[in-house]
Amino acid sequence: MLYAILCYDREDVIAGWTQQQEDETMARLGAVQEKLTKQGKLGPVARLLPTTSATTLRKGAETMVIDGPFAETKEQLLGFYVVDVESLDEAVGISRDLAIANNLAVGCYEIRPLSVFRPGSLPA
Amino acid sequence: MSELAWIDAALTSARPQAVGALLRYFRDLDMAEEAFQNACLRALKSWPQNGPPRDPAAWLILVGRNTGIDETRRRAKHTALPDEDQISDLGDAEDEAAERLDGSHYRDDILRLLFICCHPDLPPTQQIALALRVVSGLSVRQIARAFLVGEAAMEQRITRAKARVAKANVAFEAPGAVERAERLSAVAAMIYLIFNEGYSAGAGAADDARGALCDEAIRLARLLLRLFQAEPEIMGLAALMLLQHARTPARFDAEGQVILLEDQDRSLWQGKLIAEGLALLDKAIRHRRRGPYQIQAAIAALHARAARPEDTDWAEIDRLYAALETLQPSPVVTFNRAVAVAKVAGPEAALAMIEPLVERLSGYFHFHGLRGGLLMQLDRGREARQAFDQAIALANTPAEAAHIRQHLDRLIRTGNG
Repeated sequence: MLYAILCYDREDVIAGWTQQQEDETMARLGAVQEKLTKQGKLGPVARLLPTTSATTLRKGAETMVIDGPFAETKEQLLGFYVVDVESLDEAVGISRDLAIANNLAVGCYEIRPLSVFRPGSLPA
Repeated sequence: MSELAWIDAALTSARPQAVGALLRYFRDLDMAEEAFQNACLRALKSWPQNGPPRDPAAWLILVGRNTGIDETRRRAKHTALPDEDQISDLGDAEDEAAERLDGSHYRDDILRLLFICCHPDLPPTQQIALALRVVSGLSVRQIARAFLVGEAAMEQRITRAKARVAKANVAFEAPGAVERAERLSAVAAMIYLIFNEGYSAGAGAADDARGALCDEAIRLARLLLRLFQAEPEIMGLAALMLLQHARTPARFDAEGQVILLEDQDRSLWQGKLIAEGLALLDKAIRHRRRGPYQIQAAIAALHARAARPEDTDWAEIDRLYAALETLQPSPVVTFNRAVAVAKVAGPEAALAMIEPLVERLSGYFHFHGLRGGLLMQLDRGREARQAFDQAIALANTPAEAAHIRQHLDRLIRTGNG
């Protein structure tokens, strides 16, 4: 069984960490990740840039691009894509294609740049 | 992270919203700050026992308001304070009540709090000091250290600034769209002032307190971005500061001497800050509403994108400075454009561009430094030496003077001086 572990926290608090706190935390997380990698259990890992860098695309007959992160709590995170693109415009374009393909739903796509990405070693 | 460090971080990040709401409520900066202080003291007692509240800002606002009211009543009627326990286990219901009361206002609360600090009656240094004290919650000692003045002098400066804004009668109603936009742009300018104060600091322990102002400015810009998510100029401001701050580890050598952009070890630039800056700029550009911060960020982005100095797209930088000149004409902008022109069209063209600025920029260190450099490239050694002498006389830091000294030494060595 594959599981996704989603990380939630107070971004304004984390942004206030000192470099030392940041480095120590990342080192501790790295140790956990290393152990999982050796066990062949770790898939892709990503750290996102702050929500202030996010753009949201609302699905619907007419898709709508909105600045800022997705904030409605009545909808749940159901999955995610990682794409390698040249610009935000291209990422918005891909999201629009997805929105059109998924026209039975009414939610949105939040487009967030990644700051860390490790592809992992799980077989497909 | 220890519990106390977590609480400290939570109190700091809740501060602008809580003090902003308490200011709206009490309409007095000192009372709002005092109420917030009291709420923090109670949080330090209550949170380790009861766990942190779901919404720390709402908790602090409600408790701060209660303690402030108690204080007023106590002064008026000498009645006793209520039992500590009554407020220390604030439940979800009260949380929500506080949120309902303040959630709709919090954007304007924070903006008002920031705006009060950058009142046009206050000189820039007082604006910065007030914002760092009231919004960021830095101690008077920390601020005094950043401005290289004594604690008592800084205390006095902040008190005077507070007295002046108290008389200024800033409106407490929710602002209209135009007023909100004006406040936003004044606040953006003040945040950039804070950043520049930090950015112009040198290296070394004595400058660390000033350097920390850059982090603080970026924190305030991120705060503003969360409040006003669709403002391309705020995105531009944040991007500009992130891109410039990313270069900090490469800006000074071991002796604290300035390393010019061209000579910096680009592997020391902080990739994460650059990525965030570029992402924000990308977002801003989609709005097709360009402004000075976005253009400056775009210039910083071209430097950030160049893996080596020779990869820098100087022609595009020249075009961006030309755009900035039309939006915000100033001799300093023209001066900066001349640096790009020197790269694209040569020293003669750049010199022609800056010569007309001599009157207005004659007191500007960098003007004489660049002029000297251009003259040196054109083999006009005697004039170059004069320009460098003027630059040294105007240097703001020992590092700046030392840098010009190197040029002079080279001139003398090659017999051109």
